Amino acid sequence: MEFRQAIRDALDEELARDERVIFFGEDVARPGGVFAVTPGLQEAHGSDRVFDTPISELALAGAAFGSAVCGARPVIEIMFGDFLPLAMDSLVNQAAKYWYLSNEQASVPLVVRSAIGAGGRFGAIHSQNPASWFTNVPGLKVVAPSTPGDAKALLKAAIRDDNPVLFLEHKRLYSLKDDAPAAEPAEIGVAAVRRTGGDVTIVSAMKGVHDCLAAAELLAESGIEAEVIDLRTLRPLDSGTVLESLARTNRLVVVEEGPMTGGWAGEILSLAIENALEHIDDAYRIATADTPIPYSPTLEDAFLPSAQSIASNIRSRLGVSTAEAVGFTG
Amino acid sequence: MSTVAPAAGAATTELDRDASIALYRRMRLIRRFEDTIQSLFQRGEVHGTTHLYSGEEASAVGVCSALEPQDRVAGTYRGHGHALALGVPTGGLLDEMLGRSTGVCGGRAGSMNVVDLDHQLIGCFGIIGGSIAAATGASLALRSRNGVAVAFFGDGTTNHGYFHECLNFAQVMKLPVVFVCENNLYGEFTPWEDVTAGQIRSRPEALEMSAVTIDGNDVWTVHAAAREALAHARRGDGPYFIEALTYRFVGHSRSDPGAYRKPGELDAWRQRDPLKLARAALADVFDVGEDELAEIEAAVDGELEAAVEAGLAAPYPEPGIARQFKD
Repeated sequence: MEFRQAIRDALDEELARDERVIFFGEDVARPGGVFAVTPGLQEAHGSDRVFDTPISELALAGAAFGSAVCGARPVIEIMFGDFLPLAMDSLVNQAAKYWYLSNEQASVPLVVRSAIGAGGRFGAIHSQNPASWFTNVPGLKVVAPSTPGDAKALLKAAIRDDNPVLFLEHKRLYSLKDDAPAAEPAEIGVAAVRRTGGDVTIVSAMKGVHDCLAAAELLAESGIEAEVIDLRTLRPLDSGTVLESLARTNRLVVVEEGPMTGGWAGEILSLAIENALEHIDDAYRIATADTPIPYSPTLEDAFLPSAQSIASNIRSRLGVSTAEAVGFTG
Repeated sequence: MSTVAPAAGAATTELDRDASIALYRRMRLIRRFEDTIQSLFQRGEVHGTTHLYSGEEASAVGVCSALEPQDRVAGTYRGHGHALALGVPTGGLLDEMLGRSTGVCGGRAGSMNVVDLDHQLIGCFGIIGGSIAAATGASLALRSRNGVAVAFFGDGTTNHGYFHECLNFAQVMKLPVVFVCENNLYGEFTPWEDVTAGQIRSRPEALEMSAVTIDGNDVWTVHAAAREALAHARRGDGPYFIEALTYRFVGHSRSDPGAYRKPGELDAWRQRDPLKLARAALADVFDVGEDELAEIEAAVDGELEAAVEAGLAAPYPEPGIARQFKD
């Protein structure tokens, strides 16, 4: 099953399961979404519950917030993650704070789906990973799946969650396939160990997980066994799984597709330093440069972490190879 | 499209004597509440800043008295009046301003962000336009329950992105939402006409939305307009826009003495004080005597005095409490 199909199935099943669920966004209903994720949902569930909206991110997020407070369980699509700043007031100042400020009078069960990530030659304002803009917001959950199975299970969980959830879909994963996902929702906030190894712990999310798994294979050729952790959720963070792995490997590498400064990778390093200093022989980040995302294929490819650059950096850091590291490291 | 304002300055026959007296009582409560907040602020008991509603009471009371129980309201950072007009308990609201654990939001919200879902108030919003967004979304959920959402906002908000995006969104979807623009002539410190192109009402009209401009200081006029707007929205005819012309007797916030007002402007509006207009109308139309009015006023004053006494004696929240989010 493709990643995009997994998301469609999760929406389809939740719309069928709970009549309070509604789904709306720009071009999501009749056109079926710019990434062909949501065709057929309006036909199946009616135009009162699945509908197209104006190009109005402020109104979309505001409508999600207001309807969630009044008993609906809205899922909206903000087409590209780069457009989320336009929706930020409702998400950050209204939705995320509401449960707390109202003294827990009502929760805000909304989900914002958004396509994110670089590698598609979309340029600087259709390629960003906005996760770190939102992981700083108490009251929001940020879910970031890497596999079709997780996409389905975590989207179902997000829709059933009483908190506002930002659900990030990496564009380069939409065509990824795996076996038929489970029907049950997954637990939000639980990481997965995708590969075991005793020499170094590599932590990532979304497309980065696949790059790290490929890097781990390259490292294995050099005799380095890497453990690869897929965070699956960026807020709340599963610190337990990371720290447990670090205690065994004593080396931590965090791979984030996003600018180094202020990114979530730094948060994980902080967790390690605060909680497991005695286990750390080395800890660092591999992220993108602090520049806007370039357009030209050669520039964009050089800009992004890749299996080769990740493996090369880790080898270099371990002193296993004298080969020059490529990419940007901390 | 209705663009003709109902006749101003007289009590309508839609409300009987008791109901009309209740409107006055509620406006008096808001005025005395705001006076009390100002005094408590000066004593250091109310913190941060405050945006008082004095002078605009007829708008909140006129609209909220026309609601059905299934309707919901979103207010602004100048929201004490919206809350009290909905029946949010005086003591609970006052205690919230005092930062006490007995406040309607346990001291977590303060003046600008009050929520009371038991009294139809989905929230007050500290950034302009938030009320418009919340009410537009609420109407999406309320339409299947025959409910209408109401957004209060000021003239300054008509230049905000939420205003344009949500009015279009609501109109194309024919949502049951009533937009109430309280045009008090100033966006913070700046006269509205200095920063707003054209007439405010022309904006909803450009979207072919039903819109009306009314005397926002006459509570019966506001009530009548709200009834029409709510009925319009409830029968599925889509959103409705009310521009209520009014005036705040105080500055924008605590630090603002209102020095930008034109000479004589405040005095002129004082002549059109909504409480004064209502008092006169009650005497003229319903033959409510001075004694009865004085009794109402004394009762309101007593309610406020008791609330202040209780509020100042109420406990602050335990500092150690930091509850987790539900999951």
